[in-house]
Amino acid sequence: MSEHHHKETFVTKYIFSQDHKMISKQFLVTGIFMGVIALLMSMLFRLQLAWPDKSFTIIEAFLGPHQTDGIMNPDIYLALVTIHGTIMVFFVLTAGLSGTFSNLLIPLQLGARDMASGFLNMISYWLFFLSSIIMVISLFVEAGPASAGWTIYPPLSALPQAIPGSGAGMTLWLVSMAIFIASSLIGALNYIVTVLNLRTKGMKMTRMPLTIWAFFVTAMIGVVSFPVLLSAALLLIFDRSFGTSFYLSDIFISGEVLHYQGGSPVLFEHLFWFLGHPEVYIVLLPALGITSEIISTHSRKPIFGYRAMVMSIIAIAFLSTIVWGHHMFISGMNPFLGSVFTFTTLLIAIPSAVKAFNYVTTLWKGNLQLNPAMLFSIGLVSTFVTGGLTGLVLGDSALDINIHDTYFVVAHFHLVMGVSAIFGMYAGIYHWFPKMYGRLMNKTLGYWHFWITIICAYGVFWPMHFIGLAGLPRRYYTNTNFPMFDDIADINVVITIFAIVGGIAQIIFLANFFISIYRGEKSSQNPWNSNTLEWTTPVEHIHGNWPGKLPEVHRWPYDYSKRVDPNDDDSDYLHGKDFVPQTTPLLEGEEPS
Amino acid sequence: MLALFYIFIGVAIGVSFWQITRILNLRESVANDNDNAKQGKYALLFMAFLYAMMIYCLIAMNVLMLPESASIEGEHDDNLFNITFWLIGVVQFGMQFLIFYFTFKYRGNKNNKAKFYADSHKLEAIWTITPAVVLVVLIGYGLWQWNNVMDLSDEKDAIVIEVYSQQFRWDARYAGEDNMLGYGNVNFIKGINTMGVDMSDKNSQDDKQVTELYLPKGRKIHFKFRSQDVLHSAYMPHFRAQMNCVPGMVTEFGFTPKYTTEEMRMQSEVVDKTREINKIRKAKGEDPYEFDYLLLCNKICGASHYNMQMKITVVEQEEYDKWIAEQPTLPTVINQ
Repeated sequence: MSEHHHKETFVTKYIFSQDHKMISKQFLVTGIFMGVIALLMSMLFRLQLAWPDKSFTIIEAFLGPHQTDGIMNPDIYLALVTIHGTIMVFFVLTAGLSGTFSNLLIPLQLGARDMASGFLNMISYWLFFLSSIIMVISLFVEAGPASAGWTIYPPLSALPQAIPGSGAGMTLWLVSMAIFIASSLIGALNYIVTVLNLRTKGMKMTRMPLTIWAFFVTAMIGVVSFPVLLSAALLLIFDRSFGTSFYLSDIFISGEVLHYQGGSPVLFEHLFWFLGHPEVYIVLLPALGITSEIISTHSRKPIFGYRAMVMSIIAIAFLSTIVWGHHMFISGMNPFLGSVFTFTTLLIAIPSAVKAFNYVTTLWKGNLQLNPAMLFSIGLVSTFVTGGLTGLVLGDSALDINIHDTYFVVAHFHLVMGVSAIFGMYAGIYHWFPKMYGRLMNKTLGYWHFWITIICAYGVFWPMHFIGLAGLPRRYYTNTNFPMFDDIADINVVITIFAIVGGIAQIIFLANFFISIYRGEKSSQNPWNSNTLEWTTPVEHIHGNWPGKLPEVHRWPYDYSKRVDPNDDDSDYLHGKDFVPQTTPLLEGEEPS
Repeated sequence: MLALFYIFIGVAIGVSFWQITRILNLRESVANDNDNAKQGKYALLFMAFLYAMMIYCLIAMNVLMLPESASIEGEHDDNLFNITFWLIGVVQFGMQFLIFYFTFKYRGNKNNKAKFYADSHKLEAIWTITPAVVLVVLIGYGLWQWNNVMDLSDEKDAIVIEVYSQQFRWDARYAGEDNMLGYGNVNFIKGINTMGVDMSDKNSQDDKQVTELYLPKGRKIHFKFRSQDVLHSAYMPHFRAQMNCVPGMVTEFGFTPKYTTEEMRMQSEVVDKTREINKIRKAKGEDPYEFDYLLLCNKICGASHYNMQMKITVVEQEEYDKWIAEQPTLPTVINQ
């Protein structure tokens, strides 16, 4: 592939671009847009949970027909939590995170001119765009958007008689997700092919940055599990529209017996969670990969245990495909399966623990450059540990019985995959913003953004564990019908205050992001003194990434602070500075790390 | 509280705009030693905040927790939970310390050099094997308890009760003297036969349909769950029991009540919690609350999911015998 091989018009450059750098920015901006919607939704339902009987003008303004005198209706409450979950998990943390950084970094860090197929890459983005549009349109359907929870368990999701959102809203949800899955699969195939085939000279698999390892393995999990969700969605479409009975049987609703015979909702649960659980790692692994790269660079230290990190990524990916049943301990499936899934689930704690300890050891005796990207990475390690540990409670079937579907679960997964992955995404944005836009984001705003966000994240989700342990089920429109929960009303108020402040603090980020695109400090070629290949390209984007020949790689990406005498911390830097780009040949007698 | 909330919002918006206007004046965007020093200190401050909040919640919210298990089977759940909770608590406090203390301790400085330390198989072996060993214990105990709870094969003495769910109510059916439930299916739903019981089945003849559960203390209860429309989940938190109700199939769960409702109301944790709740209710001018066991719906099932509950009363065997004798059998109700 040669650079500058065709003339670019406005349309081919900014809209139907096939350049991975532009596509990555498109994914990011679309993801941010969807994220704002989902965040606003969470703020609305947090208002409802804190003050269930108070009237709010903002609810009146936003929810139109779905509220009465400024108090939201129960149906729209369920719709809000459903769409919040769907958008955050799929549109922000899958497409927004993987789509952005896999696209940006796979070619740049591997030394490739572009993705294996620029055309498919473009299609992948536009399918994502289309699915986002459909999801947004579904919010305006008269009966309300899908409201059966983001897990859309039938029969609730199959029967409009059961909940109004299961009419046109659910149809649009399913169509949107089917297109989304197509987008995701095309993207993932492209990432895999690119990683396998387009690595530059010297870029062995064992010299790839951990970001690429994470994106690569993530793409493979996606290819294995997303088609199963597609088939689950297709069968649900059949049940809803063509009268089949894959998931439905023996149903009496609205005064009549429906014709469905012989299906089982448990089948849907199996199919859904066969994607649904790996999805957690589709969301999380890219964030962990980004964090590995950033913690190493900003600590000025090699990542500790590179091989162990790669092995644990692979182990997590493998285990993630055989643990889905831990979402179904009390679904009515055979208890023996529950035993198997408890065993496999708790095993995941081992590679996860290795990762957490390796991050901490990387910080140890580093020379930490506490840029916003670094702080968000450290924040990720913190929330990943906090959220991951409660997984030991939930993954144990005997304990899950009593806390399944309570707020304990909500707290657990928001910390371990929601907050952690968002932190990874923020870290990535602050770190690679100069690569995307040629300018740096403002650090003071970044610091404000980080500290307010992490304080609020813990303020929201730490107390939430306890209301879960008090037995409070999730997805309750209000708790006022249960006097036994009267004593947690105040905690809900505190949580809501943290949630709203944390939500509003994201304005700092948005302002910083959009203003910095135009007014940020101009970036130098390698602002963080990083070793990886993306920082050897010119600041101005060019098609094909490198003006001349592709760079050649001679070493792994983590030669930070390498010394003349490896055993003497006081000796001089081997190459005269505390970083050695991957393109630097080995000195005579230098041991590869 | 609401006023405080508006103040918070006001402050947050104010700070945002104040900071955003400053962006125009700031031009240096990569952290320098000054930033590192400051942010390192903030990391310590944040750690203090985190510890304070974690400890505060652990102490102050203890009164909110569910009281000790009211079922015999749930005792080991509580035990396993306590073991797990202490374990992860210790790891949590330790790890957060390392993360934020290292952030402070090794904050960057021009005069410092990072240690080149890329690998140590010994360390990695330690933190692979230690969690593995700990997990063997947790998994072992967990699986033993899981089998314990889910094994319903030995139930000669168990009372069979069907719990029946629909949008948005619970009903129950006692199996009667033969301890066998008559066959049920949605096709039999008609008029007051709301649970769809096949009245031609001889096992149905002594079944008794009720709207509240009465359970005798000390007897194993074998629950069978059905749903007529969407998924529901029968959640009985005080007994550490939960099972989904799935249309088209029968699911099962069992436990043995350990305390009567009256005994539970005297239990110190319950007394404390009730007192707290009644303080709040009194301030709002609401009737006082009295502890009752509850069955809640815990699987999203539609608009009134948040209000789908059934009272459970645990009584002594004699009282239970009296109560069950008073309930009419299905045929007397349906064939009137």
